[in-house]
Amino acid sequence: MSLVQSVDHVALLPAYLAGGTAVLVLLVDLLVARPAVTVAVAATGSAVTALGAALAGTGGTRRTFCVGADCSWLYGGRAALVAVVFALLTLGVLALSGPLLRSGRVPVGEYCFLLACALTGGVVLGAAGDLITLIVALETLTLPLYVLVGLRRGSLAGAEAAVTFFVVSVVATTLTLLGAALLYAVAGSLHLDRLGATLAARDDLLDLPLTTVAVALVVAGLAFKVAAVPFHAWAPATYDGAPLPVAAYLSTASKLGGVVALLAVVERALPASVTGPVLAALAVLTMTVGNLVALRQRRTVRLLAWSSVAQAGYILAPLGALALAGGRTADARAGAYAAAVAYVVFFVLLELAAFAGVVALRPADGDGGTLADLSGAARRHPWVGGAFALALIGLAGLPPGLAGLFAKVTVVRALLAGHAGWLALVVAVNAVLGLAYYLRLAATLYAAPGPATARPGRAVALALGVATALAVLLGFAPQVVLEVAGR
Amino acid sequence: MTWGQFLLVAVLALPASGAVAAALVPGDRAGRLVGTAAAGLTLLATLPLVGGDHGWFGYGPRPAVQPWHRLDLPWVPGLDLRFHLGVDGISWPLVVLTALLTVLCCGYSLWRVPAGGSGRALVALLLVVEVGILGTFLALDLVLFFLFFEVVLLPMYAVIAGWGGPDRRRAARKFALYTLFGSVLLLVGVYVVVAAAGTADLMVLTGGAGLSRGTQLAAFTLLALAFAVKSPLWPLHSWLPDAHTQAPTVGSVILAGVLLKMGTYGLIRVAVGVAPEGARWAAPVLGTLAVAAILVGALVCLAQDELKRLIAYSSVGHMGFVLLGVATLTATGVQAALIGNIAHGVLTGLLFFLAGAIKDRAGTGSLAELSGLRESAPRLAGLLGFAAIGSLGLPGLAGFWGEAFAVVAAVQRGGGLWITLAVLAALGGALTAAYVLRLLRRVTHGRPSPAVGRLSPGLAGAELTAWTPLVLLALAVGLVPALVLSYAAGPVAALLGVVTR
Repeated sequence: MSLVQSVDHVALLPAYLAGGTAVLVLLVDLLVARPAVTVAVAATGSAVTALGAALAGTGGTRRTFCVGADCSWLYGGRAALVAVVFALLTLGVLALSGPLLRSGRVPVGEYCFLLACALTGGVVLGAAGDLITLIVALETLTLPLYVLVGLRRGSLAGAEAAVTFFVVSVVATTLTLLGAALLYAVAGSLHLDRLGATLAARDDLLDLPLTTVAVALVVAGLAFKVAAVPFHAWAPATYDGAPLPVAAYLSTASKLGGVVALLAVVERALPASVTGPVLAALAVLTMTVGNLVALRQRRTVRLLAWSSVAQAGYILAPLGALALAGGRTADARAGAYAAAVAYVVFFVLLELAAFAGVVALRPADGDGGTLADLSGAARRHPWVGGAFALALIGLAGLPPGLAGLFAKVTVVRALLAGHAGWLALVVAVNAVLGLAYYLRLAATLYAAPGPATARPGRAVALALGVATALAVLLGFAPQVVLEVAGR
Repeated sequence: MTWGQFLLVAVLALPASGAVAAALVPGDRAGRLVGTAAAGLTLLATLPLVGGDHGWFGYGPRPAVQPWHRLDLPWVPGLDLRFHLGVDGISWPLVVLTALLTVLCCGYSLWRVPAGGSGRALVALLLVVEVGILGTFLALDLVLFFLFFEVVLLPMYAVIAGWGGPDRRRAARKFALYTLFGSVLLLVGVYVVVAAAGTADLMVLTGGAGLSRGTQLAAFTLLALAFAVKSPLWPLHSWLPDAHTQAPTVGSVILAGVLLKMGTYGLIRVAVGVAPEGARWAAPVLGTLAVAAILVGALVCLAQDELKRLIAYSSVGHMGFVLLGVATLTATGVQAALIGNIAHGVLTGLLFFLAGAIKDRAGTGSLAELSGLRESAPRLAGLLGFAAIGSLGLPGLAGFWGEAFAVVAAVQRGGGLWITLAVLAALGGALTAAYVLRLLRRVTHGRPSPAVGRLSPGLAGAELTAWTPLVLLALAVGLVPALVLSYAAGPVAALLGVVTR
């Protein structure tokens, strides 16, 4: 065995690009010290990362950092999809940050650097092949967000939110790490595929209480990141206290990170017979509690936060089909994972558009405000208000928000193909609950005009426009997402 | 692309592009004009759809669904979704009725826009609703059917919430949540079928397509519940009176005239067609609920004191007759249901137009404050009398055939249960006569009330233009029921051939 590992640098290209962006932003901020240049570098870097990630993803799966057959870095179709989505989300959030950065309450260089760091974590996350890489990537994604949440000068709510987020997130990471250690003790491996093979081959390991505890710890720790009930309590407070663009990043990129990590361990490492029932219970609780509490919210960001808790339930729902033997056939499993990935892609797009709508209609450095603050906003700004309403309708899963409708259809179809009709009914009933509050918010936009709303910034309007156009396009051609998600 | 396929696409593309144009054209009146023109062209495009291959000249047994024209394109293979459209004798009359009512409503909006918003937005929304309804009637792919079924929901919500009466927001929300509840059940039902059969093609699926009994029972339960909410079937009807009462006149006309038919059409084409064993299993329950709807609807109408609310509840009863016809699973019954659908669409559409006109003029819809209409506005009173008598099922008018033959079909079906149901339904028919006559006595006869006394006797040209086609159609369908039945006879026989096999 050679002591010199051959490293496939093409496979690592997206990570280089993302990390390079972060370093470059730091240097530019230090040397040039002009906010506009810093933002431009961060934006260009994100765009280049997206491009590089897409290019590196063409062709088969690339592996590197291998020990025998087990690799720590697996860059295939789904990893490329995740990296591209992360890079585009970062780009979108940068566009939404315009008003916040101009208000002068946030240091521009640090803000962009931290966002690029989080992007690096996200890019690595999709390609992680062992538990340690996975957890480190997830922490690289989350760590900058603790600071970003509390970065606004003189904001008590921001500091509070940051502390809540930090404490909960650290506990969650500890749980996951403990679970990973126990798994190592049981199976003697950390590579996801090797773990999966070992646990599948040796039934006696599954009978050990230690295995069940280890699996439960890993799943619970990652459920914190997804903000699944009962591990959700941090999300609404953190979202509401964070600056709006950071809240948008939390509810899209950070949630995507949690989902990708959860999918990786569930699909490749952990025994479905143990994770299935846990995930089914998590999914049912998450969507039901999220929707019921969202019904009572009066503040815009809190409503979106609770709704994104509920949406996490829909994302987890296809995985709940693994609870029954009928859902554990190879076909049904592949369908379930693809459905979860497809749903999360549709969701982050619509969620980003919704947050872009809030940012566009609120004052530059303001928070989300109450629903009443948005009263009649769509009558004053018909295009921005219309796009915001379309995003909300898409999140509710109804035409004309076809992207959201197809997302729900994908989940229901995967559940029924996996013989989990009961879970499909739960999803269906929750969709009705969801419509109630999305409709309330959308109807508020068209109510009699209330207090004057801010004039939307150009970059924000552009981000909203692009996200909306993409959502409309994917609404007519959802096959694109379904195909990439299934790979 | 053949002429027929071109027409199928045009029927959906014309109102869709009309809606976009109406929303974008500068100027409110220009927008309304463009929208109305698009609706008119749509109606023109639906008429030649009738020309096509009506017979069956192939080898082997006659297929259960045999469209005159058909268009089948792939769309989303990952979701078993194909853009598969077709029209036959079951759907064509409903397609024409939808296009007709939309033209009349758009034309009516040229003359009068209810308070609440701009007229062209209203016309654009009506056109989007039309796209959804027409798509539902034309879809030959289960998933596509579901998609169009959902399209209708939010535009109709917006019509009620934007242009409705004082309590419009609550009514609109109730409408949206109730009907979404129905359509998510439809979604689950559709994929129960698709997951088991591996295809969403209605032409293949009709007749059961080898689905197991358990799947069929589950699928029929879900689908029937979904359509029962839309139709609506007692006890799932409670969204309807509020929505009708609060909706603007044109909204009520579309809602009662064709939107409810999506439920009954779906029941015949999708629920009964795809899960015949489930239909046979559930027929007694469906029939009982239908008769309950007839009786409850009639009794509630006898106690109603608000004009639009009374007509709304009368819809519950009329749709009960339609559902009774479907539940018998006989050729007579299904044909009665189809003609009952058309008759209810024409007559209730007319009744809502008239009720809207009366409410607009008198400023109240309370029966206690309306009386002596024939003294001050004899033409309006005459038309109201005509529509009301047609609605109670007088022979010679459209309403007769559906109600009478639903009862006949139940008698033909035989057995204690169905005879009892027939007797009760006939009793419900008598109660219908009672509340219709009570309505006429209260509104048209007696001394003019202060609210009615102020009315001028004339009718606007726009009103006459909107109402005349409906009056003529009510007469035509009543005198020559073959207008609907001759087209439906073949497809219904083919459908029941596979369903009762």
